[in-house]
Amino acid sequence: MGWENWIISTFSRSLAYGTPLLLGTLGEIYSERSGVLNLGVEGMMIMGAYSAFTTTYMTKNPWFGILVAGIIGGIFSLIHAFTSITLKANQTVSGLSLTMLGLGLSGVLGKGWEGKPLPSTIPKMIITPLNSLPVLGPIFFQGQNLIVYFTLILVPILWYILFRTRIGITIRAVGESPATADSQGINVARVRYVCVFIGGILAGTAGGYLSVAYRPAWTEGMTAGMGWIVIALTIFSFWNPINGMLGAFLFAALYHLSFRLQSYISPELLKAMPYAMAIIVLIFVSRGNLQKRVGAPAALSLPYMRGED
Amino acid sequence: MISAKKWRFKIEERSSVSNSRVLLTSILAILAALIIVGIFFQFYGVSAFKAYRLIFSGSLGSRFGLAEIVRRAIPLLLCGVGLTLAFRALFWNIGAEGQLLIGAVAATGIALFSKLPPFLLLPAMFLGGFIGGALWGIVPAFLKVILGINEVIATLMMNYMAIYLVEWLIHGPWKGPSARGFAYSDPFPPSAMLPTITGTRIHWPTLIIGLVISVLIYILIVHTKSGLEVRVMGENPEAARYAGINPLKVTLLVMLISGGLAGLAGVGEIAGIHQRLLGPTHISMGYGYTAVIVAWLARRNPLAVIFTSLFFALLITGGDVIKVSLGFPSQMINVFNGAILFFLIGSEFFLRYRISFIGRR
Repeated sequence: MGWENWIISTFSRSLAYGTPLLLGTLGEIYSERSGVLNLGVEGMMIMGAYSAFTTTYMTKNPWFGILVAGIIGGIFSLIHAFTSITLKANQTVSGLSLTMLGLGLSGVLGKGWEGKPLPSTIPKMIITPLNSLPVLGPIFFQGQNLIVYFTLILVPILWYILFRTRIGITIRAVGESPATADSQGINVARVRYVCVFIGGILAGTAGGYLSVAYRPAWTEGMTAGMGWIVIALTIFSFWNPINGMLGAFLFAALYHLSFRLQSYISPELLKAMPYAMAIIVLIFVSRGNLQKRVGAPAALSLPYMRGED
Repeated sequence: MISAKKWRFKIEERSSVSNSRVLLTSILAILAALIIVGIFFQFYGVSAFKAYRLIFSGSLGSRFGLAEIVRRAIPLLLCGVGLTLAFRALFWNIGAEGQLLIGAVAATGIALFSKLPPFLLLPAMFLGGFIGGALWGIVPAFLKVILGINEVIATLMMNYMAIYLVEWLIHGPWKGPSARGFAYSDPFPPSAMLPTITGTRIHWPTLIIGLVISVLIYILIVHTKSGLEVRVMGENPEAARYAGINPLKVTLLVMLISGGLAGLAGVGEIAGIHQRLLGPTHISMGYGYTAVIVAWLARRNPLAVIFTSLFFALLITGGDVIKVSLGFPSQMINVFNGAILFFLIGSEFFLRYRISFIGRR
């Protein structure tokens, strides 16, 4: 039975750890599909984590905390939207400043909140009778929470919208060739604002998941680079939500498997593992794709100004 | 042309921008950021005037404060100068933090274990620190040019890897028997310590190296063929390809220098201030990230970095003052950084374009 438990615990933990990565990745896919590179994911996530924690602490309602996290993430993303879409600023630098601002603000505001216990957290669920299914039961239907399911349901929905609806065509057109989209009467700026906003909401929610569901606590800098791993996963996904899901859970599984090496590798080096893995993951997808970057929006990170092209 | 509901504006690209306009815009951006952060102070329950008075008087108002500004400016200067070069080539090196730490690691290794004669020890540490930082810097350069991997992610991931490498060394193999349970290395021998100006923590050899290098990098960018290649690649990649400029060569060159200089900053901090390897946040406290803004505020001009690094060193020193006297968290500097950077890139719109009011509809 040792092996079976081993597989079950790895998968179940991957699902829990992969969920915030997936949420962030889904949002970044939408933002980048519309042509806006947002390197502020880390900043939006940490602001989400901070605001979810404090809201939950004050209202005793973790769902309200998650809601506020999403809203704060969305509002935060609008700063980046304004500089990169309206002011046509360099998107790399703008995204970086968003991350700095988020880490700084949450660090200053969150100083007095460290180590405080939460009155209530997002409950873990047991779904009977599905939880008695062999293997799948304990992985999917025992000990996970509603946000995990919500995220899993979001994947096909966001995929469908992006590739099978008019809205999706519009988003992709804006990311591929904003001038053409503009000549078709599409409001390029509006589409981009909405997509960046969606990215912000999902990144903020991901942060909220970390602080009130995954490991309920607030610590300064608790996202610890997850926002950057999201950016890597977005590239890994070829800007496709389904691949994003595979990537996020594959990454999470590898992350947990690396902890099986605990008896051979010192804990400090083990902590460096996810960051090394993010680079290795990118090396794998980049092989041979240098010429035909599958799915990469042609106008990614290029500001659009009417009459320039 | 952008039209709001009633107001109509015309936006035209400017043909050229004067230096005084650039300077004025930068100053306005800084002021705007200071105002925003001031509102934040107020919101936090601290009078903005009081906070700013403490920041400026605490740093500029005493000999000790002034000396602290200079010693904080040293790592910002070295990292920032390197970043101006990398940013000129449009290589977004966000990895100065990690490159600095690896420089510190290399210097520690040489200081503690090399058994070199005393007069060779410091030069070897600087050389080793440069090579360490440069090696950490050229990995993402290779990854970008050969495999097309985004350098922002690669350099950032390597920062985290450098942090945990230092953590591992001070908890594991390099943990000093004399450190009594603390996660430090053993202290350096006296010959591995940099001299300081009496009564201050200014390790002047590193300062002089930094100043000389900023002039050298300026000459490299403006007056040499390699510098021309860097500029062409950054400003017009298409033209660079037609001119036969080898992107691998140029990228490797800028990252060798950029990473190496950050490595030197690490040597200075470790040999001039701490004299042992200790926790990564104690070695650097985010110099590598602040240097990004130092370089950007300097408009990627290595000589201007001398002034911008002093300005940010003032903010860090003043931040220390309000941390002690008002109990303000040290993360405040990141809020400053983020706000200033936003206003800077936002203001570039007004540098690039002329906006004129046409009238009401």
